[in-house]
Amino acid sequence: MLDLSAVGQYYGDHQVLHDITLTVPDGQLLCVVGPSGCGKSTLLRTIAGLLPAREGTVTIDDTPVTGVPDRLAVVFQDYGRSLLPWLTVRDNVALPLRRRGLGRAERRTEADRILDRVGLSGTARRHPWQLSGGMQQRVAIARALVCRPTLLLMDEPFGSLDAQTREDLEDLLLEVHRTDGTTIVFVTHDIDESVYVGDRVVVLTPGPASKIALDLPVRLPGERDQIATRGLPEFVALRAQVGRAVRGQFR
Amino acid sequence: MRDVRAARREFGLGALGVLLAFGVCEAVSRAGIVRRSYLPPASEVLARAAELAGDAAFLDGIGATLRAWALGLGLACVIAVPLGLLLGSVPLVDSAVRAIVEFLRPLPSVALIPLVSLLLGSGSGTEVALIAYACVWPILFNTVYGLGETDPLAKETLRAFGFGRLAVLLRVELPGTAPFIAAGIRISAAVALILAVATELLAGFGEGLGIFIAQAGLATDGTRDVLAGVVWAGALGLVVNGVLVWGERRLFPWTPEHRGADGGGARR
Repeated sequence: MLDLSAVGQYYGDHQVLHDITLTVPDGQLLCVVGPSGCGKSTLLRTIAGLLPAREGTVTIDDTPVTGVPDRLAVVFQDYGRSLLPWLTVRDNVALPLRRRGLGRAERRTEADRILDRVGLSGTARRHPWQLSGGMQQRVAIARALVCRPTLLLMDEPFGSLDAQTREDLEDLLLEVHRTDGTTIVFVTHDIDESVYVGDRVVVLTPGPASKIALDLPVRLPGERDQIATRGLPEFVALRAQVGRAVRGQFR
Repeated sequence: MRDVRAARREFGLGALGVLLAFGVCEAVSRAGIVRRSYLPPASEVLARAAELAGDAAFLDGIGATLRAWALGLGLACVIAVPLGLLLGSVPLVDSAVRAIVEFLRPLPSVALIPLVSLLLGSGSGTEVALIAYACVWPILFNTVYGLGETDPLAKETLRAFGFGRLAVLLRVELPGTAPFIAAGIRISAAVALILAVATELLAGFGEGLGIFIAQAGLATDGTRDVLAGVVWAGALGLVVNGVLVWGERRLFPWTPEHRGADGGGARR
């Protein structure tokens, strides 16, 4: 369980986040939405332990987060900068396993298994920059999944991909979430995406000093499907609710 | 395909330039505009340079120059790369050393030849020391600059996967900086050649390409030998640069300027 209690964050004297209190139960896929510059990424970095909380506390399973927590994985929007260009796809994916003390052969097997899972078998020996953007982001997702994280943080992971690729990757993410039951915090500025992907959507107010504007459970009937789900009246109603909150029209 | 055509065109233009320069030198001398003993025809200079390739004593000199060149450049790498990594990653050390570096850097190393000769004698010790001194700067500054250019997101990614500071340095910053270091070494390689020949010229005895040029300059009608020596120096520089550029392309195919060249395929 991920627990944020009265978290405040600053850049110098400039307050970015104010009084964020949030409990994410195990296995939940939480989407964090907000206009750009509202501190979504800062929130994610705080949870990741990359940026110590200036106010309040972050705990994972009742242990305060002081450094980077164990069994954490992160996917950033900018796959081109986040993947290491001098390593092959396989070596990029196997990189987190080096910290787990696995031998070379084991790392290789694990990496290939996970590449297969994200639909990238056959690219193991290429380099990330030789692949399309969508494939590169799949590599980044594979790298995040390879050490079987209990908490997966994603910072606008599909923000720079074209619509078709984006939908494919949303479904890949849902499949991973369904099978592994990983807790996921998914930051996006796309309202539709947040409702489609999330079990729950949290909307932040525009900065400075962003607070939680809306905390909304997403209950959609049946398995999610890009065409059918987006046409459901429930989906449309939720999307409108989130949209109004993002635009600052609260009721 | 377009790359091949562009490369061929560039090569053609380069060859044309060389031929033109050659022709002008040849004509100026043959037409008697300049006295032949001051500027022998280019063809004679080239013939003499080719002849020198069979001269054992001359080749020993080239060997001596290249040895000093390699030693000095190697020494510079050993000093500059770790120092650059230290300066680039520990701001405190950087602030402490910055003033000294800024004082030493603009000193023209050729001007140091008499001083260092006084201290180390006029042997290969002086030569190597001066080469190393001059070569440290491009490598040092490129290393520091390269470290600064390392992508913060790549570093953050590794930190998020639980890697410590040293692991981030070894796995992200060092490989990311390597192309910059290599470029620094390539610049230094040319500087090293200048210093090697210059030190030998000023020392005036011993063995080396610079010695050959210096002694030829003293002989009557030695201009042809002087120029043949210069041709050799230029050719050495060209070969060294070519080898290093080729090595960089092989070692760092991922850098943006090399990506297209080795047939990377789709990029986006």
